[in-house]
Amino acid sequence: MKYLKLLISLVLCLGMFYALNTKLESIPPLGKFLNPTSGIWQNEVDESITGEIKIPGLQENVSVHYDEQMIPHVFAQNEHDLYKAQGYLTAKHRLWQLEFQTYAAAGRLSELFGQGALDYDRSERRRGMGYGADQAMQKFDKETLSFLQDYADGVNAYINQLSPEDYPVEYKLLDYVPEQWSPKKTALLLMYMTKMLAGYDDDLEYTNVLRLIGEKNFDLLFPDFFDINDPVIPKETDWSFIDVPQTESPKSQAVLDTIKETIQKPHPDNGSNNWAVSGAKSTTGNPILANDPHLGLNLPAIWFVMQLSTPEHNAFGATIPGALAVISGFNQHIAWGETNATRDVIDWYKIEFNEDRTQYKFDGDWKDVKVRIEEIKIKGQEIFIDSVLYTHHGPVVYDKNFKSDNGRSGYAMRWIGHDGGNNQKTFIELNKAQNYDEYVEALQYWNAPAQNFVFASTEGDIALWIQGKFANKWEGQGKFLMDGTTSENDWQSFIPQQFNAHTKNPERGFVSSANQHPVDENYPYYVFNDGYGTYRNRVINQYFNSKEKFSVQDFKSLHNNNLNLKASELVPYMLEHMDTSTITAEEKDIYNEIKAWKFNNDINEVGPSIWRQWYGNVYRLLWDELDKEDLAIAKPYTYQTIHLLKNNGEHPYMDIIETEDKTETAKDLFLLGFKKAAERLSEIKKEKGDYTWKKYKGTYVGHLLQALPAFSRFDIPIGGDRNIVNATSENHGPSWRMIVEMSSPPTAIGIYPGGQSGNPGSKYYDNFIDDWAVGKYHSLNFLQSDKDTSEIIGTITLTPGNNE
Amino acid sequence: MSKNILNLVGTFVLSLVLSLFLPWWSIMLAAFITGIVISLKKAAVFFIPFVAVFLYWAIYCYVLSSANDFILAKKISELLTIGGNPYLLILVTGLIGGIAAGLSGILGKQVSIIIKSK
Repeated sequence: MKYLKLLISLVLCLGMFYALNTKLESIPPLGKFLNPTSGIWQNEVDESITGEIKIPGLQENVSVHYDEQMIPHVFAQNEHDLYKAQGYLTAKHRLWQLEFQTYAAAGRLSELFGQGALDYDRSERRRGMGYGADQAMQKFDKETLSFLQDYADGVNAYINQLSPEDYPVEYKLLDYVPEQWSPKKTALLLMYMTKMLAGYDDDLEYTNVLRLIGEKNFDLLFPDFFDINDPVIPKETDWSFIDVPQTESPKSQAVLDTIKETIQKPHPDNGSNNWAVSGAKSTTGNPILANDPHLGLNLPAIWFVMQLSTPEHNAFGATIPGALAVISGFNQHIAWGETNATRDVIDWYKIEFNEDRTQYKFDGDWKDVKVRIEEIKIKGQEIFIDSVLYTHHGPVVYDKNFKSDNGRSGYAMRWIGHDGGNNQKTFIELNKAQNYDEYVEALQYWNAPAQNFVFASTEGDIALWIQGKFANKWEGQGKFLMDGTTSENDWQSFIPQQFNAHTKNPERGFVSSANQHPVDENYPYYVFNDGYGTYRNRVINQYFNSKEKFSVQDFKSLHNNNLNLKASELVPYMLEHMDTSTITAEEKDIYNEIKAWKFNNDINEVGPSIWRQWYGNVYRLLWDELDKEDLAIAKPYTYQTIHLLKNNGEHPYMDIIETEDKTETAKDLFLLGFKKAAERLSEIKKEKGDYTWKKYKGTYVGHLLQALPAFSRFDIPIGGDRNIVNATSENHGPSWRMIVEMSSPPTAIGIYPGGQSGNPGSKYYDNFIDDWAVGKYHSLNFLQSDKDTSEIIGTITLTPGNNE
Repeated sequence: MSKNILNLVGTFVLSLVLSLFLPWWSIMLAAFITGIVISLKKAAVFFIPFVAVFLYWAIYCYVLSSANDFILAKKISELLTIGGNPYLLILVTGLIGGIAAGLSGILGKQVSIIIKSK
């Protein structure tokens, strides 16, 4: 009997132990997770910002002053120590995010989440993220590599000091531990950025559309240039200095295959604003520069603000965990910022294999296929092996093993992201640059993702270079799937770097970019319309043409400008041409509401919500011809859609296919769309009380783990929307707002929707969000020396030596 | 009665000491050992170690969390869908530790019976 009792109590104990020590589905191992000695209660702490910390390999002491925004101001004696300190501090405040982003980049999420993430991981492997990072590792020069190693040493110094109870909450939640950092991880992070910003393309979708509707209709729906163009580089720019011609077209035909499904793409709204005015156009006589990158709004935020200085240079601004140096910021002499310079830098080739897929046809001959074995670890399961075939174009993303069923063919991806490049060096050099020439010098290392680098200096120059490595394409090259069996379809050469479009001190006294078309039609190289913006750029440029002089205050109001130019170009036309004889009393109210709207997407307006619904429904009704199940399709851009609605209202595409007895025109779509919108808006009113823009949009900043509600912020009252200068939509928008006046030294303000700490248990986790939402900025305390400790709330000294 | 207090204090102190260098299950080990050494009777076998560890964990949680305005506790309480209440999370934490310790106490008691019978 007593042995039975012993056995029962033993089983109970072991059962309890197992239940509390094991992660079950989404429930963390509760004993490990909740115990106060090593569980999450240990993360219930404020940041520690005083004391002395020993860092192995450090050459001299590094002072780190924290201000009340928890921004570290780093004073190192040399660059090696500086990047060690950057690695250490980034890990200290953002370790989990730092590592998680590289897991996502490398296609390793199945390791953490299991089978459910396998399709994502395979896409990333087949997209060649690891391959691209390997290529980059070959291209970093010796000095850059040594800085990357310093950064890694700094991160690892932090990781090695941690006990399990110190691990960030997310590790405890997902029940895993941090691994060592390496330069390769920085290369992966840079690939992640390249994918985010230069990883979008619709070539395969366009191929389907072309096959469905023919070339004439395709050109109507997707023109290379819209009928308006207010490009990044001013129209009057003289290109006569360019003496390398565009590649001659071989007149080859697109391959009209049927493509069912394509890999997941980055958010199409990834973009940004930047601009600068010259001294002559500034109220103080100093140039002023602004930047606001539009990215997904996440916690921990993508940006981490730091001051990074050595006796030779002093830089300040937004850094990205995993990358070295300041990315968008300023030093004592210059300021810089980026917007995405979209270009079609991904092309697709149809590959024809031999019987056993060891070779592929090329110029009448056979070339060997290379195989890259991708081992994907899956939590709780066996390793999944994906053998990805590589041609000289790049990885064969789609083949019989992935999203395609053709045994003897596949689609290979040619992506500039695979070419490698010493992109990291651009930022290391920009951080030290003192004038226009040094800025241009720094840019030459930048291959991808192509960016519009805005520039201003205390010397009084302003400039903007569109920098990236661009293929010198023949007219129309790469718009559609190309035949990969002939070399004439390959990228023949690259546009020489000095012929990348740029402008310095233009006559109009300002430079700006907002992801619009980079150039006008006179630029001598082929630039395909890659979904270029057509609204923010015009609002920005109109603003700078509207008066003589501009102040920092004007810059702030422009950042927060909620004018919906897009709506203002269609709503009056729809109101005028819609037949209102059949609308009900309830619909009439909504009609009157939008009629009274002044096209500002402010939080308490209802106009923006009505517009979203109305235009959204008109768009869906209009492009019903392109609703195809089991077919990857792209639909026309907003600008062209509105253009056709207003100028081509009788076009056959206006017809709704479902209604066989009737041929609709644009006018009918306006009414049908309006009625559908009204119906939905009434529902929203019932659900949420009203449909003011604030409630309708419900902007949120989501935790990186799929917006885990407990660690995210919801219903943030901020106006704007996509295609508006204040580009804040539901979960996307200005991820960092910075304004720098080029006084000596520069004075700057900045803010981002997050906080410096990555710990959900810290008050610095999301403390900037409320100020960001109302359009406030924080002044950036640009310390001029280690001894200048004004408004400093704590200092850490990093010292050489081992902790053991 | 004095044995109860002795076990309570013993479990509490031993848990505290062992948790300095062992993972969370140090409280189970502590209750197990105390259960062998200081043998209890009836319901006390479970409830004394339960109370000891419940108090240890709940008090420790409260001390840590209150010093940081319960910022994280509120979020974890929401995460575990127990309503965002930090005190409820402290209660749940205490109960988990308490039950684990209580069961270990029972096991300790059973082992002590076998040892004594030999």
